[in-house]
Order: sequence, then structure tokens, then C-alpha cells
Amino acid sequence: MSSTLVSPPMVKARSLACPNCGAPVELRGFAHTLNAVCPNCLSVLDASSPEFQVLQTFQGKQRVQPKIPLGSRGQLAGTTFEVIGFQQREVVSDEDVFCWDEYLLFNPYRGFRYLTEYQGHWTFVRVLSALPEPTRSGSKAAVRAAGRTYVHFDSMTAKTSFVVGEFPWQVRVGDAAECQDFISPPYMLSSEATDGEVTWSLAEYTDGSKLWQAFKLPGSAPAAYGVFANQPSPYTGKVGPAWRTWLWLNVALFAIMMLFSVSRANRQVFAENYTYYSGHSTEAAFVTPTFELTGRDSSVEVGIHTDLDNNWIYFSFALINEDSGQAYDFGREVSYYHDSDGTEGGRNNSVVIPAVPAGKYYLRVEPETSPSAAAVGYQLAVRRDVPTYTLFWIAAALLLIPPILKSVRSAGFETRRWRESDYAPAASSDSGGGDD
Amino acid sequence: MSAPAANCPSCGAPVTFRWSSAVQTTCEFCHSILVRTDVDLKKVGEVADLPADASPIQIGTEGVYQNKGFVVVGRILYEYEQGGWNEWHVVFNDGTSGWLADAQLEYDVSWLTQPPSALPAEGDLATGGEFAWNGQTYRITSITKTRYKGVQGELPFEYWDKTDLQFADLRTSGGEFATIDYSENPPLLFLGRAVDFDDLHFKNVRLFEGWSA
Repeated sequence: MSSTLVSPPMVKARSLACPNCGAPVELRGFAHTLNAVCPNCLSVLDASSPEFQVLQTFQGKQRVQPKIPLGSRGQLAGTTFEVIGFQQREVVSDEDVFCWDEYLLFNPYRGFRYLTEYQGHWTFVRVLSALPEPTRSGSKAAVRAAGRTYVHFDSMTAKTSFVVGEFPWQVRVGDAAECQDFISPPYMLSSEATDGEVTWSLAEYTDGSKLWQAFKLPGSAPAAYGVFANQPSPYTGKVGPAWRTWLWLNVALFAIMMLFSVSRANRQVFAENYTYYSGHSTEAAFVTPTFELTGRDSSVEVGIHTDLDNNWIYFSFALINEDSGQAYDFGREVSYYHDSDGTEGGRNNSVVIPAVPAGKYYLRVEPETSPSAAAVGYQLAVRRDVPTYTLFWIAAALLLIPPILKSVRSAGFETRRWRESDYAPAASSDSGGGDD
Repeated sequence: MSAPAANCPSCGAPVTFRWSSAVQTTCEFCHSILVRTDVDLKKVGEVADLPADASPIQIGTEGVYQNKGFVVVGRILYEYEQGGWNEWHVVFNDGTSGWLADAQLEYDVSWLTQPPSALPAEGDLATGGEFAWNGQTYRITSITKTRYKGVQGELPFEYWDKTDLQFADLRTSGGEFATIDYSENPPLLFLGRAVDFDDLHFKNVRLFEGWSA
């Protein structure tokens, strides 16, 4: 083809000699590279001019070793990228200095990407070709792009503190940019303004271990410290289902309860009406006629129905086995008061004694009421094998634990995330690790 | 599509056209800039050597956009203080032509469009300025003063001997893209959208040492 005349068949990689120290400087970004930093003396060189003029001699505080070496290649999002540039940037906040690393990745067809690392948290970044539009999310500023809302997280002035490798733009130690981060985990939109030009980029949170694998790095990725701005919460999408599971388990529990309830005999074995006159000096205690409890060991319910009116009555009971003399002692107060403000208590009450063996039984009853009271009429009714629901209430309470724990942990994760933002509570200050 | 052939009035080499509507082309041998007249080709200037660039696109690169095949037939090269970019002139298989911008390997496809509303005067441009076009909100992301660095191949208009130029780039939140080009009066509007390299299914791209396409 004639086009081979105007375009060489193969674009060759270049290298240059550093005009400051003479060391070879390998260029991996072809003609895209505008500035290159000598790996030996760290001078910033103009790679677009034939003289490779020195633009800046080393201004950093100390040499920084990139965790992913320059020249490393790895596959990310289906594309092979080569690490061609590295910079460390810092933010001064009060007296603290926070710094993070940025790696420039290159593929001659698919372009430039970035990796950022802060305290073991990595993000994979590309320039955004859409322009986010400002909006709000509750009380916070937010931006919207491609149908997703990103909430403002922080604003800062980022300064370049160390640079090595090559860049398709002008780079100097000391360069400053106004940055803003907006989050929608695992994504983050960041704007960077320099000289009135704003660049937007889209970051996706990435596991360090995945990068170590992709770039075939020795050892393992440094452990991540704390919670990062766009780190996906391990509880995302788990709190809702936990509550849904809770709901279904409750439905199941209720069904079992119903089944349990209808399977009980729940048979009345004794009922009798009495009247108690408190004024009488005679012994109030009496015994009922004998009644038969049959079947396996099972519950017995003593129901009390009274005609109380602004009064109380207390019963001491003993359920006594006629043959063995074994007694179950228990008591119950019934009280019922009412006036124009409302009512308190109730006229009826009951006691359930669990696991009573079969046999002939009678009740010993000793009522007691306010001495001023007139007669109190009441009925005692004994039922055998009544359903009890205590275990079900305990089970229902236990079922609440997992969804509550998940909700609490999820909220805790979000609190730790926002503690690092511009919206942190004023008192909190647990950061400061990782600076030098 | 016919490929009208002629000879370079400067060096006599054969000049073929990939696009029948081309107004201007360059001679691949002597780098003369040639403009088509009714009867012949007229030399109007000469292209200086284009600076080395690393765009993976070249004249003859083929691709597909929205199910329409296209071939790259020409380009305009611009330079500004932060680098340079290419506007590749592409011709679709239905005979229409458009532009494929490659700025540091970020790609946009656009077409010359009749402005839906009046374009701002060059002096009234401001970053953040908003325009509602075709139901979308376009905002100005950058205003760039550029230098014309050269041309290559077939273009839909006469384009040579330019000096300082001004462009305004606009984008929407959904990835639509626009450029207002102040090289003519009234200014020209190009509308299109951002695309990924892999969206265009390229063939015949340039090769880079140590890389496969």
C-alpha cells in the first residue's frame, strides 16, 4: 500500500541519554511522551525536543520506589497495560500530610489509565469522556454521569511531591491541582482543575491482590488500612436480604406455631364459680373437687375470670396430686381499675404450669382481697394440654439477631468511610498513619 | 465508488482518490497540497514534514461505527501547549464523511452539523457555557488555542495555510461530544460522541514495537 510511504510499518520505541547525568532513559510511550524523568538523577526532561532539555532538576525530599516497577505489564479489564510513569502526590491538612501514589498505565491503542494507591487501597482510573452534571444528594453536593449519582466526599489541593517515568503532559515536582472526589462505591468520580481546565476521571476500587496477580509481582499486596472512600462495603446488598430472610423465617415460625397450637388437646377438665367475701373471719382457703389429668406429661392452665370493679384479688394456688401428694404451688393477682382517664389491669388472668404428669388432682385455693371490698365473684377453669408460646417468642427474638447485627455493622462501615471525608465529625481524628 | 485518478501537477506522480467528493489532497511523493478544480489538480502549497506522532490510526485504517464501515482518507494535525491531536477524516460506505479525533488516545467521532441554535462569538466563549441541542445539555469543557501543524490526504474542503485557531470542546453527562470550530466565519459545529478504541473494530492500524493491536 502506498500508505507505507507516509507511515513507517512499525513505530519504534526510543531511548535518550540524560543531558544531566548521561544515564540512558528508556521511552515507552512513543511520541506521546512529552516529559520524561531520568531514573538515575530524577531530572525532568523535555522528551519532545531533540535536545531533551532539562526542565527541572530533582526537587523531591527523597527517592520513592514504586511498588509496581516502571516497565511492568499486566492485563487489566481485558487490556495489556504497561506502567510508564509514577508520581507521589500529597495533601496537607492541618499539620498532617497525606500522600498517595499514582501509576500511569499505557497501551498504544487503548490509551492511558491510572492506578492509585493509598494505604493499601487501589483504584483503577480512566479519563471520563462524559461531563458530569451537578446535582444534590440529600444535604450533600453530588454529580450525575451516565445515570449514576456520585456524592461529594472531599475537596483538596494535591501537590506532586515525587515523579519518575514518563508522561504525555507537562509534569513538575510541586505541581498543584484542585481536586474533588464524588463517590458511589465501588466507583468514584474525581475532578482535577489546573489553570482553569477541569479533567474528570472515573475510578473503580480494585483489590491489591488482583493487581499483584495481573502484574506478576513478587510477594503479596500490602494489607489495606482503614476504609477507603469508594471501597465497596462488604455489607452492600446483604442488609436487605437479611431482613427479607428474617421475614420469611417469621412466617415459617408462625406456621409451625399454628401447627403446634392445633395439635394440642386443649381440653377443659374443671370449671366452677365461686364468690369470696373478704369480711368473713372464716378461713378463706378451700379445695376443689378432684379432676382427672390424662395423657403424656403436658401443661395445665388455670384460668381466672372475675367480676372485679376497681379492686384486686390475689390467689395462692396449689395443684395437688391426690395419690402422691405432690404439689405445684403458684399464685396470681388479678386487678382491675378504671376511671375517666382509662383502665388498668383486667378482670381475667391465667397461669400455665408446664409438664404435669397424668393423675387425679385437685386445687387448693386461698383468695385474698382488699378488706374494704364487697364480694368478689370468680370462676376457676382448668384446661389440660394448652399450647404455650414462650419458646416461639424466644425463637422470634433470636431470629432478629442476624439482621440487626448486619444493619449495625453496615452502618459502622459507612461511619468509618465518611470519617475520612470532609463531612467527618469535628472531634474525630484517628488518621495520620502512613505519612512520612 | 469510483476513484478518480490524476497526476500531481508538481511531480507527475499518480494521485488517486479514495473519496469522490474530496476537495483537497496531498501528493504522497512530493508532499504538495493539491486542490481539485473543475478540470485538474492545482498545487496550492506544500506540507512541511509532520512531527512524529503515535496515533494508531493512519490513512487507510478501516473501521465500523454504528454498523457503517468507514475508511480513513485524510487528517488535520493540530498542536497546542499540552501536546497535539489528530482529526482523522473518515469516509463511510454510504459516501458521507465525518471526523475521528484522537487526542492522547481518547477518541471522539463527530459530523459537521447545522447549529441547532446560534453559536457564541469567539470572544464570548466561557468554560461552563451551556447549550441545549437535540434535547441534550452540552457544556463547554475547554477552549483551546491551537496551531495548525499540517494536513495529509483527502479533505472535504480546502484546508491549508492556517495559523492560530480556536476551538471550544463541549460534552454532555451522557458522553455526547461537540466542537465549535472558529477557523471559519460563521463558526462550524461538529456533533458526535466519545468512543472506545474497541468500539470501532479497526483494521490496518499502525504497529508498535513490542505490542500487538
